[in-house]
Amino acid sequence: MVEALEGSQALARAVVLCRPGVVAAYPITPQTHIVENISKLVADGVAKLELVSVESEFSAASVAMGAAAAGSRAYTASASQGILLMAEVLFNIAGLRIPLVMHCANRAIGAPLNIWNDQSDSMAVRDAGWIQIYCADNQEAIDSTVQAYRIAERTELPVMVCVDGFTLTHTLEPLEMPSQEQVDGYLPSYRYARSLNVRHPISQGTLVGPDVFPEARHSHHQALLNSIAEIESANADWAAVSGRDGGGLLTVEGDPDAEIGILAIGSTIGTLAEAMDEYPDRPRVRLIKLRVYRPFPINALREACRGLRKLAVIERAFSAGMGGIVGTEVRASVPGVEVYNYAIGLGGRDIPLGIYPRILDAMETGDTGFRILDVDLSKLPEEDR
Amino acid sequence: MSTETHVDIEQLRRRQPRFQGLESGHRACLGCGEALAARLVLESAGPNVMIANATGCLEVFSTAWPESAWRVPWVHSLFENAAAVAAGMEAALKHQGQSAKVLAFAGDGGTFDIGFQAVSGMLERGHNVLFVCFDNEAYMNTGIQRSGSTPHAAVTTTSPAGRERMGKRHLKKDIVSIIAAHHVPYAATATVAYPSDLRKKVRRAIDVDGPSFLHVHSPCPLGWGHDSEKSIAVSRLAVETGLFPIIELERGELTGAMPIRHPKPVTEYLKLQNRFRHLFADDPRAREELEHLQALADYNIEVYGLLGDGPDPLDTSGIDKVYRGGAKWA
Ligand SMILES: Cc1ncc(C[n+]2csc(CCOP(=O)(O)OP(=O)(O)O)c2C)c(N)n1
Ligand code: SF4
Ligand SMILES: [Mg+2]
Repeated sequence: MVEALEGSQALARAVVLCRPGVVAAYPITPQTHIVENISKLVADGVAKLELVSVESEFSAASVAMGAAAAGSRAYTASASQGILLMAEVLFNIAGLRIPLVMHCANRAIGAPLNIWNDQSDSMAVRDAGWIQIYCADNQEAIDSTVQAYRIAERTELPVMVCVDGFTLTHTLEPLEMPSQEQVDGYLPSYRYARSLNVRHPISQGTLVGPDVFPEARHSHHQALLNSIAEIESANADWAAVSGRDGGGLLTVEGDPDAEIGILAIGSTIGTLAEAMDEYPDRPRVRLIKLRVYRPFPINALREACRGLRKLAVIERAFSAGMGGIVGTEVRASVPGVEVYNYAIGLGGRDIPLGIYPRILDAMETGDTGFRILDVDLSKLPEEDR
Repeated sequence: MSTETHVDIEQLRRRQPRFQGLESGHRACLGCGEALAARLVLESAGPNVMIANATGCLEVFSTAWPESAWRVPWVHSLFENAAAVAAGMEAALKHQGQSAKVLAFAGDGGTFDIGFQAVSGMLERGHNVLFVCFDNEAYMNTGIQRSGSTPHAAVTTTSPAGRERMGKRHLKKDIVSIIAAHHVPYAATATVAYPSDLRKKVRRAIDVDGPSFLHVHSPCPLGWGHDSEKSIAVSRLAVETGLFPIIELERGELTGAMPIRHPKPVTEYLKLQNRFRHLFADDPRAREELEHLQALADYNIEVYGLLGDGPDPLDTSGIDKVYRGGAKWA
């Protein structure tokens, strides 16, 4: 059924449709509306779950982790400073191979304090060992949430579903909510092989020395690589149930035969797609929407880049002192393609349709060095430019 | 008569009168108070429990993969989140309609310091969790560094004694009062020197439907510098001197205190431990610190009414009793 919903409201309902037993969260803009909406569904008796309103993000992730370990489907959500505060727990959850799902309502990290959207938060924890899915729009975010639980529970890997703060979380739009029957048919009830159980006592999170630690790490890495198949089938099966296909690992839009491409993740992709129509006298490019960033879908990416001469990687975060994060990885993955790399929209700077010709013009220069494309140097003192 | 003895370990184990939640064979130091305390806690807690354990000696010596000394479900996540993990486990069990009791285990570092926020949050939210702090008064797992629980003037590797310093400069945090200020149904202190008292308190705490807290004085021969076989004696002296009062608090009110009829001078306790050795030097600063520590013990005796005024002033062994309402009101 199509309804006009705010992104956060839709995500809250999607989470509840997955029937989690425990939800733990701590408020932070722009994640707050998701948790507020879940709280209301609990208050109204629609959602039968234990809502734990904790004293910090550190505890939010820890409560969710404890709940999942004790045999209940669990959920948490955060953004920005909250993601960093829970970073230690995020690594721990993944290392323990606990199947948890969370939303990251992407927001910049301070200082300087900034509540608006970029993806510095989820990028900062890209090495935590979680699956990371970046959503281009709210419909995809709803569908990815349902898929995330299936992926997590089948692979015993936690899944972070990333949705751009405000751009998606606070936008009201017509959305199709799945029915409870659809979700129940797709997502079996929670099962976790290593659930804590007084009848079968096990010890989890033990001390592991140098004799087995690399093997533990290898199996985690391998599990992430192997999850590619599970992510694809989760998407295909959900497409069969819902009639909507948000794309598995990545999708190619625009002109699939173009020799010039732009790769982006998250909601930027929608802006670029629209811009191509807005500027008919500029060439249409091959637009690559990278949906799954961890595991990094290297084979799918190479396939999508076949025949490309130039590719611009557009991202909403970067590694200070180095350059682009996604761009650096893409460059290493597609030898033979000239990779340009720009950050845009940092800290919520508006991404206008005009960004499209700017990207194309920048690619004309032949300078492949990383740049913050929409920076206004005139606002800076001479020595900082 | 044959001198040959055949010991069937399995059979002995089966005949054991008490449930062993923490098995032998772990790697704690000889005379480790924490290992003893954890075993005693689980003996009376029984098998229908699950544990969230903070990082620290207890976690490390009990679970070197692929071995584990635990016979109850046990999970270790991080140093500072045992209370939150336990809260999540409890919420899950509640949602599943299960009855197992969730215990959180942490050292003094994981309770007084880095884990404190999570403990406070768990108590405030009223989770049905028994939090047990195994207090060995320093960060032992990382090699004896001072914590918020280290007693005043004690030497640790980060509070050494020297020309300018007499060990730790600050006071031991009064954690049980802070916990009690959350008005939790039950909070108590105990020590490995009084096992029957400890067991009783575990049962009490387990029966509480809500948050409860046990603060267990757990000597560490390695960190305190006393002989391994003296752990019990040391812990007993901590009580007998008034330095570690044995008390019970319900909803923030003091409801029980173990009387100590004839308090011993604090030097009896201090002199057994190398961490206080510098206080016995011929140095006016040392004498001042000894007086300071004695004053702290006297203060405890005063506020908790530990002297008692019952009919049997000669009964020093009566210190293993808890009088409901405290000795002051006995
Ligand atoms: C965030 C974090 N900081 C520091 C450490 C290192 N560390 C591990 S255990 C420990 C001290 C534990 O002290 P306590 O809680 O008193 O337990 P004990 O070992 O004394 O029983 C420290 C500092 C850690 N594991 N995690
Ligand atoms: S260092 Fe202390 S607390 Fe740690 S195992 Fe040894 S005696 Fe026990
Ligand atoms: Mg300690």
